[in-house]
Amino acid sequence: MKRTPIYGLMAEFDSPTDLVMAARRTHEAGYRKIDAYSPFPVDELAEAIGFHRNGVPLVVLIGGILGCAGGYLMQWWIATVSYPINVGGRPYHSWPAFIVVTFEMTILCSVLAAVFGMLALNGLPMPYHPVFNVPRFAFATKDRFFLIIFSTDPKYSSAATRSFLEGLSPRAITEVPS
Amino acid sequence: MDERSEQLTVNQAPVIEPGHTFATVTDKISSIVLTRPTSNGWLIGFGLSFLVTMVLLYAVGYLFVRGVGIWGINIPIGWGFAIVNFVWWIGIGHAGTLISAILLLLRQSWRNSINRFAEAMTLFAVACAGMFPVLHLGRPWLAYWLFPYPNTMNYWPQFRSPLVWDVFAVSTYATTSALFWFVGLIPDLATLRDRSENPWLRMIYGILAMGWRGSARHWSRYETAYLLLAGLATPLVLSVHTVVSFDFAIGIVPGWHTTIFPPYFVAGAIYSGFAMVLMLAIPIRKFYGLEDFITERHLDNSAKVMLATGLIVAYGYGIEAFMGWYSGNRYDSYLLWNRLHGPYHVVYFALLACNIFIPQVLWIRKLRVNPLALFLVSGVILVGMWLERFIIVVVSLQRDFLTSSWGMYYPTRWDWATYIGTIGFFLACMFLFLRVLPMISIFEMRTLLPQAEVKE
Repeated sequence: MKRTPIYGLMAEFDSPTDLVMAARRTHEAGYRKIDAYSPFPVDELAEAIGFHRNGVPLVVLIGGILGCAGGYLMQWWIATVSYPINVGGRPYHSWPAFIVVTFEMTILCSVLAAVFGMLALNGLPMPYHPVFNVPRFAFATKDRFFLIIFSTDPKYSSAATRSFLEGLSPRAITEVPS
Repeated sequence: MDERSEQLTVNQAPVIEPGHTFATVTDKISSIVLTRPTSNGWLIGFGLSFLVTMVLLYAVGYLFVRGVGIWGINIPIGWGFAIVNFVWWIGIGHAGTLISAILLLLRQSWRNSINRFAEAMTLFAVACAGMFPVLHLGRPWLAYWLFPYPNTMNYWPQFRSPLVWDVFAVSTYATTSALFWFVGLIPDLATLRDRSENPWLRMIYGILAMGWRGSARHWSRYETAYLLLAGLATPLVLSVHTVVSFDFAIGIVPGWHTTIFPPYFVAGAIYSGFAMVLMLAIPIRKFYGLEDFITERHLDNSAKVMLATGLIVAYGYGIEAFMGWYSGNRYDSYLLWNRLHGPYHVVYFALLACNIFIPQVLWIRKLRVNPLALFLVSGVILVGMWLERFIIVVVSLQRDFLTSSWGMYYPTRWDWATYIGTIGFFLACMFLFLRVLPMISIFEMRTLLPQAEVKE
């Protein structure tokens, strides 16, 4: 019989405090390919697993700049190049009248960048993921907190990592099949 | 307990009743969707509002056949009910964005239990609002001409027109509201996916949740994106009603051409929006037994917001009347006279009663925490804000510069059918939302519990 490869070792905790403490100690012990799961955002958790900056603000900035420039240039091009209308000799490039639409286009493109950028950086939609193989993981969206050490971590070894996790006094430890 | 300390306890009413855990909060909210049987009350409520939606369909169908002549609009009153209802509905929507975005930035944690259904309310109110200008176009099937796209007519929208600004403002607002609402729903959809017993439901919620698993990295990006969305939605919501007020203020008609319109419109929008939030929240918390999550504190705070924005609206009326007199402009002072003594003066006095005088009872704390009283006052405010838009649209157009072009406006049964129909559509959407999606943000409620704090 073929042995299923192991995706990682998962430990279950009762409270956000326990999870943050455990994540910190795991990171201090030198594990780097780790992740933590909680049913609501815990600010300290990303720091604890060594995730300090995310790329969302940059994506939103780029979206906003593109929306702003694109919105204004579109109106300028339409009003002066493609479809100029002479109303009593008034200037074609009447920029104050273009501010509202420029503003709305800035907001629209920033919002689209924020939502779809966040989803893309998170790798969503992703219907299948190995952690869903753990039956107890259904509680990660209710009231349980999980820590995982991936088997790709250089320090990972089936026995040593298990005994390390046991030292963190979790409720349970599960092997996650890949 | 003396009166003072009794007042203090009311003052400090918690945003969530004590004794809840992560599990009880999750079960209580998700069970409304997953395990609670469809009640007769829901069936009757949905059935009635669906019937009224059919009235809308009938009115719109007849409009498509016969054209806008079935409405009471004429020259000079070309705008009529369609624009009155557009402004009314979009104003109602503003409270949802205020609650979900501005109160998030101000760290008002009490918003967490009402923001989800307030956002849903926004979405459905904007949908109702968006129908009216399109139906009013005359040839609604050509509505896409409003957007700039390359076409064989070699033809572009006029970007110097506030009506085109409005297209961009409202469509951006609708898109943003929908995305903001959906992003807020993703973690809760994952909860429903993991809680539901039925494999079909699990699949549907699973597809919608997109594989959300609550990873710390995901939460970090999610929180950043959510905060940025709130930061973007805040200037957006202020701009939307500002642009709606430009539809009027850029014109030269007496009563429209004033600089106070943008702030006064935004305040009026929030005023009517909170009234709608309360009219929905009060029956919902009663029928679904959610008094633990939507507490007296929420009623009290919402009533205070209404009181404050109502006073800004009252200031706007005062300045309008003052400027009518102080400007010395005969058309502006005639407008004031016409409002007070003209053919629609009853509407104007009803407006003053509904928007200024009756809501002053909210100064009394006992009434602010009394659901029935608050429900009634909110209803009065919604009527008042509708009358305000009627006064702005109809009474200004009715008698402008030339007496030869004065006229009268009488709504027809089709005007009423369309308006009442959108109320039915709005309620039908709300009923469906309550039945299939969690009406309170589950994950945000979890963060409100004391055990959610990490103790160092």
